[in-house]
Amino acid sequence: MAGGSYERSPRIETLGYDSPTAEMLETIWKTKSWFATVDHKEIGRRYIVTAFVFLILGGIEALVMRLQLARPESALLTPEQYNELFSTHGMTMIFLYASPILSGFSNFLFPLLLGSRDMAFPRLNAFSYWVYLAAGIFMYAGFAIGAGPNDGWFNYTPYASRPFNPGLNMDFYALGMILLGISTTVGAANFVVTVWRMRAPGMSINRLPIMIWGTFTVSFGNLLAVPAVSLAFLLLWLDRNIGTHFYDIAGEGHPLLWQHLFWIFAHPWVYVIVLPAMGMVSDGLPVFCRRPLVGYTAVALSTVATMVLGFGVWLHHMFAVGLPFMAVSFFSGASFVITIPSAVAVFAWVATIWTGRPVFTVAFLYFASFIAMFVIGGVSGFMTAAVPADLQFTDTYFVVAHIHYVLIGINVFAVLGAVYFWFPKMTGKMLDEKLGRWAFWFIFAGFNIAFLPMHLTGLMGMPRRIYTYPAHFGWDALNLITSIGSFILAVGFLLFLVNVFQGLRSGRPAGPNPWQGPTLEWSTPSPPPSYNFAVIPIIASRHPLWEDRLQEGPGQSSIRRGFVLDHGKEALASTTLDGEPDLIVKMPEDSYAPLVVTLAITLGFVSLLLHWWWIAGAGLSGVLLGVLVWLWPEPRLGQMTERRP
Amino acid sequence: MIDQAPLNYLQAFGIKADKVVPLIWGLAVISIIVVVIVSVLVLVGALRRGRAFSPNPDAMPPVERAGSGLPWITIGVGLSTLVLIAAMVWTVATMAAINRPSRQPDLTIEVRAHQWWWEARYLSGDPSRIFRTANEIHIPVGPPVKINLASSDVIHSFWVPAIGGKLDAIPGQTNATWLEARKPGTYRGQCTEYCGLQHARMGFVVVAEPPDEFRAWWDSQLRAQASSGPHDGLAGGRQLFVQRCGACHTVRGTQAGGIMGPDLTHVMSRGTIAAGTLPNTTANLAGWIANPQTIKPGSLMPNIGLSGPELASIRAYVETLK
Repeated sequence: MAGGSYERSPRIETLGYDSPTAEMLETIWKTKSWFATVDHKEIGRRYIVTAFVFLILGGIEALVMRLQLARPESALLTPEQYNELFSTHGMTMIFLYASPILSGFSNFLFPLLLGSRDMAFPRLNAFSYWVYLAAGIFMYAGFAIGAGPNDGWFNYTPYASRPFNPGLNMDFYALGMILLGISTTVGAANFVVTVWRMRAPGMSINRLPIMIWGTFTVSFGNLLAVPAVSLAFLLLWLDRNIGTHFYDIAGEGHPLLWQHLFWIFAHPWVYVIVLPAMGMVSDGLPVFCRRPLVGYTAVALSTVATMVLGFGVWLHHMFAVGLPFMAVSFFSGASFVITIPSAVAVFAWVATIWTGRPVFTVAFLYFASFIAMFVIGGVSGFMTAAVPADLQFTDTYFVVAHIHYVLIGINVFAVLGAVYFWFPKMTGKMLDEKLGRWAFWFIFAGFNIAFLPMHLTGLMGMPRRIYTYPAHFGWDALNLITSIGSFILAVGFLLFLVNVFQGLRSGRPAGPNPWQGPTLEWSTPSPPPSYNFAVIPIIASRHPLWEDRLQEGPGQSSIRRGFVLDHGKEALASTTLDGEPDLIVKMPEDSYAPLVVTLAITLGFVSLLLHWWWIAGAGLSGVLLGVLVWLWPEPRLGQMTERRP
Repeated sequence: MIDQAPLNYLQAFGIKADKVVPLIWGLAVISIIVVVIVSVLVLVGALRRGRAFSPNPDAMPPVERAGSGLPWITIGVGLSTLVLIAAMVWTVATMAAINRPSRQPDLTIEVRAHQWWWEARYLSGDPSRIFRTANEIHIPVGPPVKINLASSDVIHSFWVPAIGGKLDAIPGQTNATWLEARKPGTYRGQCTEYCGLQHARMGFVVVAEPPDEFRAWWDSQLRAQASSGPHDGLAGGRQLFVQRCGACHTVRGTQAGGIMGPDLTHVMSRGTIAAGTLPNTTANLAGWIANPQTIKPGSLMPNIGLSGPELASIRAYVETLK
């Protein structure tokens, strides 16, 4: 190796997880305080639990709406209550569940999949979680006092502007989304740098698991897309509170500015909340088909291609605003083209099942049915790409059905499969497969009973976002079926939660590798120790744990024997493309700074909401102070062991 | 089922919607075929060689790389691409076919969306033939009719599925579209861009009628109502209407000249009230005047606290506005 060029060459040794060195590593790495932890596994678990709490809240909101819509002319909810419910439901599922849940899995899994000790910026990682939690609580505080968002998740102006919406509703939403954007942005930066620099030696980019490709790609997407929505909400807040006129025609502004800024963000966001989920399927499904993924390179490239194209289709949400023929044709074409990379993934999964030897675990059931749900959500998207047809579909329940096949089919099914797949790794315990199958069938049946007929509801012309509907419009039976389906789906989720709690309490011990998986996380004990790997492994193929059977690369990965990093809290950085070892990185200790800075930012945002300008200033000073303490140079973090020139 | 769904878009009665129905069906059939093929492939692929999972240490069979599987991707994506190109060509052809009306429209209607009703102003070269109405738009069968779409508050969307697709009404800009009905009938329309509390009940109807009937309708709409008259029994109702309703509503010929709410000069010629919400019957009319906030909570028409006799009197007057 290139050891000679280091001031200190790390030893290469064979070390077990019960060796004295490992015990010492555990003392060095273990979390000292619940509020100060920077352990990516703990942060990942928190993300996942928090996101599931929001999923449950959003689900309850949906059930209340389905009670209202179960029959025509229902008066269970007032229009304002219904409007806040559907808006909060959208906000919750799209912003507080769908992306954070994937960040949770990515946080937990990135270092384990990459053969690293932690994320590149552990404190930033903790910060990203705290800000997400703060943003979620902030937005739900609005909902709790009857000032939740009430203009749908895409929040068109001028209805979102003060003259039409004088309450605090929109201010909660606008500031909450800006706050959440901070979390998303720093999280994305962390994922990007982690993939660039924190991989085990030998893990070149053509050996990255697809899940890493997915999150890496969407993190880039986030860095480009989130500024648009943060800006959009900032301008909205300024319009509402300071008297600017960005969206106000009276002051030469224009309401369509909002739509462009929002969809430039929100269409890529659709891919942000599905590509990592698709990645989890691409990594999980082959394990249960007992073969490598078919078409690894094609799938990885299609992931990137989808994200790139995803930036060129935002106008297809705006076909009805009165745009020139050429613009509409271009965006229609782009919206057709974007289905091609999705087709690559679909046929790769089908081929993996077809040429493999499937084992019907609960995870497999979710992953396999995910493919069908993916295709249903995909083809309804393909139908809406056709402009003249979309001018009929748009803003009807056809689109509601479509978005739910995308979000539940492509995100939730993948996530539930991933829970069954990685739960043993996260907790050291197995989930009960029998109860898991019951939960699966309830969820699968309930989801399809609720949402498949909804396409027809749309074709029958039911507009979305209506709090009630008249009896003689041909929608009664379809709506009742959807409501029944949604409660079956809810029963399935209840069974799933029972399954999880039962597993946590009394699940069978999992052992390090219950599914005989190929990637590095399965080489660690379950749950992994706080330092992840006793030695940093050296990777020679895409499936380090399957090399005995597959004979993929020229050499053999070295899992038990590798770099020993035991001079304090250390991790190994490698070069970006080839994964050559490059640097021994000193990792930071637990710190309260991320939490303190989060509290200061939140104080600032609460003050902006209430126009307490002086306290907002205090919050800002708190942020600066906190950042100063956070970033104050610490000699022991000095990277003394850099490669010599 | 379709016949009982007045907003469905699988049945078309206008040139613009006609061309779209086959496109929707075509795309739907392609989509269903794709879903069935992939689902069958997944199902058969899984059942063909699959096995149940039993929780013991040797539960997972050994891995093997049985073929590259790449032809699946090449063939699958190749076929998908061909279908996509075909769909794209069909789409653009349909777009081009309905991009312009068959001929230059002679008639222009300005439609202005309000929270939560529709105002229609019929334009004419002859200023004396210009008039306003609301929530019921009459068009002649046959020739295309130009619609200039505006909004006076928030974004709405104008949609008559049987005749054509949606177009948004956006404050600060006028969007133009056209309606071309080929069959007489009453077609339901609806606002489809979420616009606040009563978005759900922001309907309207388009009445397509033969040109001579349309002409007669237009003529009848131009007539002003009497400002006073021999019907002494109604004088009280008229006066009350002007006092209590006239700030928001117009009845041409009287002193009621408000522009906040729909023009009611010929409200009794319309089939529905409250923006397509209720059939225009005596009972509904009384109920709506007395208590709009129960029928459309949040509506900008307030409950104005009429006594029983006042209500009866106003209702009786309104029922003369034929």
